[in-house]
Amino acid sequence: MAKEFKIEPLKVWDDFKKYREKYYRDYLEAKDNGGIRWAGSAWAFDAVPAGLGEDVYPLTGEPYGATVAFFKDFSLQALEAAERKGVARDLCGYLRNYWGSIILDKYVLADGTIVEGFPKPDFNYTIHICCTHAKWYHRAGELEGGIPTYAVDISVGPGYLLDDKKIDYVVRQLNDSIEWMEKVTGREYDDELLIKAVYAEADSMTTWAKICKLNQNVPAPLEEKSMFTLYALLVLHRADPRVAELYHKLYEETQDRVKRGIGAISNEQFRFLTDNPPPWAFLNIYRYMEREYGAVSLGSIYTFGLEGAWLGMDEKGERWIWEPAPTPEEAGVEITNREEALRWTAEYNLRYRPGWQHPYSHKIRKLETLQMIRDWKADALIMHINRGCELWALSELEVRDYLVKHGIPVATYESNMADPRDFDEARTWNVIDSFMESLGRKKLSKQ
Amino acid sequence: MAEAVEQKEYWRWPETIWVDESKNWHDAEVISCGIDLGSVSTQTVIMTDGELYAYSNLRTGSSSLDSTERALNAVLEKIGDMKREDIHYIVGTGYGRVSIPFANKTITEIACHGRGAVYIYGNTVRTILDMGGQDLKAIKVDSRGKVVNFLMNDKCAAGTGRGIEVMADLLSIPITEVGPLSLKVDEDPEPVSTTCVVFAKSEVLGLMRKGWPKEKILAAFFRAMASRVVELLERVGVEPDFAITGGISKNVGMVKRIEKMLGVKALEPKIDPQTAGAIGAALFGRALYIKSQKK
Repeated sequence: MAKEFKIEPLKVWDDFKKYREKYYRDYLEAKDNGGIRWAGSAWAFDAVPAGLGEDVYPLTGEPYGATVAFFKDFSLQALEAAERKGVARDLCGYLRNYWGSIILDKYVLADGTIVEGFPKPDFNYTIHICCTHAKWYHRAGELEGGIPTYAVDISVGPGYLLDDKKIDYVVRQLNDSIEWMEKVTGREYDDELLIKAVYAEADSMTTWAKICKLNQNVPAPLEEKSMFTLYALLVLHRADPRVAELYHKLYEETQDRVKRGIGAISNEQFRFLTDNPPPWAFLNIYRYMEREYGAVSLGSIYTFGLEGAWLGMDEKGERWIWEPAPTPEEAGVEITNREEALRWTAEYNLRYRPGWQHPYSHKIRKLETLQMIRDWKADALIMHINRGCELWALSELEVRDYLVKHGIPVATYESNMADPRDFDEARTWNVIDSFMESLGRKKLSKQ
Repeated sequence: MAEAVEQKEYWRWPETIWVDESKNWHDAEVISCGIDLGSVSTQTVIMTDGELYAYSNLRTGSSSLDSTERALNAVLEKIGDMKREDIHYIVGTGYGRVSIPFANKTITEIACHGRGAVYIYGNTVRTILDMGGQDLKAIKVDSRGKVVNFLMNDKCAAGTGRGIEVMADLLSIPITEVGPLSLKVDEDPEPVSTTCVVFAKSEVLGLMRKGWPKEKILAAFFRAMASRVVELLERVGVEPDFAITGGISKNVGMVKRIEKMLGVKALEPKIDPQTAGAIGAALFGRALYIKSQKK
């Protein structure tokens, strides 16, 4: 008889949901009170526009694209609208949902409410690492009638090969972008707000890493489907001190769950990891795994590494270390002026973001994934072959083969994070059931 | 009013029903049945005490329920005096397995093909390629036919039965003849450049306009399809003995090219390899019935 674990709803759950709901509404209503809107990648240097004032509201494109994807009917309208404008179907799924919203001139709130009129930003502010990011907002700006756009090129290589010259290159761009923002908004930049945001950013990202690490415990205190909601604030506005505060609350609560043996699911019998952004419109995969196999998804290099800060590759580039990266306070660094703030945020992001490491080499991603499987005591990996993101699809199959060589069971299913038309439910269940059968796991509902 | 011109359906493959006349099913202690409801074809297998007794291999229609009823009724009719109630256990498998209401249990086709392949080819088989109507599976098994690893193709009809049906129709050659005809070339031409069936079809139309003979076109098509299948197999790793199941295992044009590219010969089947999934299901059915009687 499998062991039963105690479960409890998360106390902070509603706070996270409310923040996300308010975030999309704040962006919509920013102009009512004379605030500033900016839009850009969830990987943009979120702390930098914060220096423009306390009434500055971002809209990050990837989570917005995922929100649209979750509401399948609207997503279909947005995707088709983009395609009618000549956008190729194999481009980034988030991008197509985002552009489609602009073309339809409709905006989706977190609860699925569709609002007429897509709110235009005052400026677009993004980064550039893959072939999509800069062009995404360049074109969005055109579709919106000429919104100014700034993209910071961060493609300087992985963190363990970082040097002063590379950091200088990014810092120079960040300095330049501040002057540019002042020009396009007509506002005077406040360095104190920047410094506060840089501290908050590191606090949010490192605390998230500490939370993820707690999932190494048995039973896992959190499961990945819920973590998608919990990690979302990082991709929305991690440099907001209120976000950092919420992650502290979550960290305390998760530590308490571990101490009391509270599980994410009551019947944890099988632990697995995933690999990519999931097909957002079909998250019932996770509940199916829990219900039918007592299988808990512990996380992924995506959920942990998209916005979590981790030590990553060691100095020699031979080993991946899943330990939370230090905040300025933990590193004994005091940030007192703009230059120090920009230098900190540039280096911290370039060095410690897993999502900015593995696109450079399949070797990094192999070591990163294998180490995660070992550290989190996972039985297997279920890999989403994601047709919606070229960057995340990079190295997937090399990683799959590498893990299999190391004796790790891996299942693959094909879909798209943000285009519901690419998901085949029957085929996906077939892969999962066959995979679990091959591991000798029987459906709990049939026992 | 214009009259519709009757068109021959070259894609249609022959349906079959078979019964082992040398056996008397009344002598059997356990009668088990496996139904493999695939996207293109449905196989029903009846086993008596774990030995193949009868099967039907029919096309899947638009209704899963009607297709399974038809496939089961066809084989019972051929047997003559066996009724559905005489069957002790029915296991459903295949893409549409959840749509078989009278199945006692459903099991994935990957597990069933593994088990069925060992029955057909013997327990030395370690790598199975299942080439079905709409998907491909590379399966590694142990000596009992238990699946230890597998990979499925992505969502693409290349290398599958449906793709070959499209090509047979386009070239107006009966589907049973496309394989042998494709071998009637001195040397394989360059493969068609795309593996997507829809685009391969337009590429083939171009070759037809260029005046390529049909056997050369088929050789180019099957070479591309075989290459895609081999990619999948190599990713899972081919360990001898190697066997092929599913409907395309009967297409000599595909089989020969796969063997050549892999440098491995596939085992010769003693039983129709398209029935492997249903045989595996029936074997599981027997084991499950015996287990249920012990409780």
